[in-house]
Amino acid sequence: MRRTVAALLAATLATACSAGASTPSGPRITVLAAASLTEAFEDLGRGAAVTFSFAGSQQLVAQVGAGAPVDVVATADPDAMDRLARAGLVNTPRTFAANRLTIAVRSGNPERIQGLADLARDGLKVVLADPAVPAGRYARQVLERAGVRVRPVSLELDVKAVARKVAAGEADAGIVYTTDVAAGSAVAIPDASNVVATFPVAVVRASTDRAAAEAFVDRLLGQPGRAALSARGFLLP
Amino acid sequence: MPLAATAAVALMVLPLAGLLVRVPWSTLATELATSEAQEALRLSVVCSLGALAVAVVLGVPLAWVLARVAFPGRSLLRALVTLPMVLPPVVGGVGLLAIFGRRGLLGARLGSLPGFPLPFTIQGVVLAQAFVAMPFLVVATEAGLRQLDRRYEDAAATLGARPWHRFRTVTLPLIGPSLVAGAALSWARALGEFGATITFAGSLPGRTRTLPTAIYAGLQSRPEAAVALSVVLLAVSLTVLVVLRGRWLGAGGP
Repeated sequence: MRRTVAALLAATLATACSAGASTPSGPRITVLAAASLTEAFEDLGRGAAVTFSFAGSQQLVAQVGAGAPVDVVATADPDAMDRLARAGLVNTPRTFAANRLTIAVRSGNPERIQGLADLARDGLKVVLADPAVPAGRYARQVLERAGVRVRPVSLELDVKAVARKVAAGEADAGIVYTTDVAAGSAVAIPDASNVVATFPVAVVRASTDRAAAEAFVDRLLGQPGRAALSARGFLLP
Repeated sequence: MPLAATAAVALMVLPLAGLLVRVPWSTLATELATSEAQEALRLSVVCSLGALAVAVVLGVPLAWVLARVAFPGRSLLRALVTLPMVLPPVVGGVGLLAIFGRRGLLGARLGSLPGFPLPFTIQGVVLAQAFVAMPFLVVATEAGLRQLDRRYEDAAATLGARPWHRFRTVTLPLIGPSLVAGAALSWARALGEFGATITFAGSLPGRTRTLPTAIYAGLQSRPEAAVALSVVLLAVSLTVLVVLRGRWLGAGGP
């Protein structure tokens, strides 16, 4: 119990405060990224002069739109990024990763969930992401494709919150990216009903350190980024 | 000094002015009439009044104990029960999960009772709001009880009034203003509760998505709707202050 609380607390604080690597030397850039990228980006940024801030993609769009002093933005769907590109706020976006959805279940799968159809079961507490964020929209598409009607107990505002509520045992199941859960706590969604979420990254026009921002994007698209992303289960373009 | 004071005023007033600038006045009524806005408004009113009821029913006796009963550790207890006023609400939410969550210390044992488990339910929202709001009522009521001239109660006692009768007919009317002020602050705090609610009770439209959560969610997809709802909360906050004006804002003026 105590460990659950500690983990929950740590996870909450990590998302709330946005973790960053701590290297004082050189110019420090700020990267806004979709919540689902948290671990992969932290791996990639370790030792580099990068500060990360993770949130739901729609919130990232709102932050960049409001003129947040950031250098790079990476979202969990092309739509969110397109809005920024159309508004002239970012340079040409490039796709750097892809992801699929999976069913997150409590450790050991005590509810014996086998597939999407089980999520419609009475009394099962299912948590989804809000359709305002990409993970929620994808989850809705996946459920529609599978013809499953789910009555969620909560629509969380970013995908990590969904994974957290299931991991903490408050909810029985949720739909998250495959990269959000350990294999033991995931039930696969067949490709036929699954979607491929692509992740675009772009340099923010208002960046005060264009060179460092572009260097980060190059690193993300290059070998270090590919290694960090695939180690966390992302698909590569 | 005046410069710093001006900066202080600007810091506090400009964001509110900014909010008013962004308000879609022409479509405000339409924005507030959408089913999502209506659901959030209704839910917020119901839950915050529920939280206020919990705060009054449990908080007044607590205030009475703190004001009237001398016991070792009273100061410590007072500090503990006012802690939620300064505690980050999200921490309160984590704590509520640890106790009342489905796998919480009490939640796991109470799980089969009606209304449990509390997370993702409207009673969970009320509990989270009561947790953060009750201290405001307790502090104000205790202050009222301490300022009260006890001779009135003593007089009632000599005339034969029993304790409960005395409390209801003498004490309660005398601390009325403090109680009302505490209730107003407590209700406003419950209405604005976000962190503990979303952590403990989640966010489902019509069930647990109260105004602040709806504003946060709307900010991401429909900013106009979010601003419209924000104006409602701003108006409520202003109203509470105006109602309490005679009590606090008026004091110290020329």
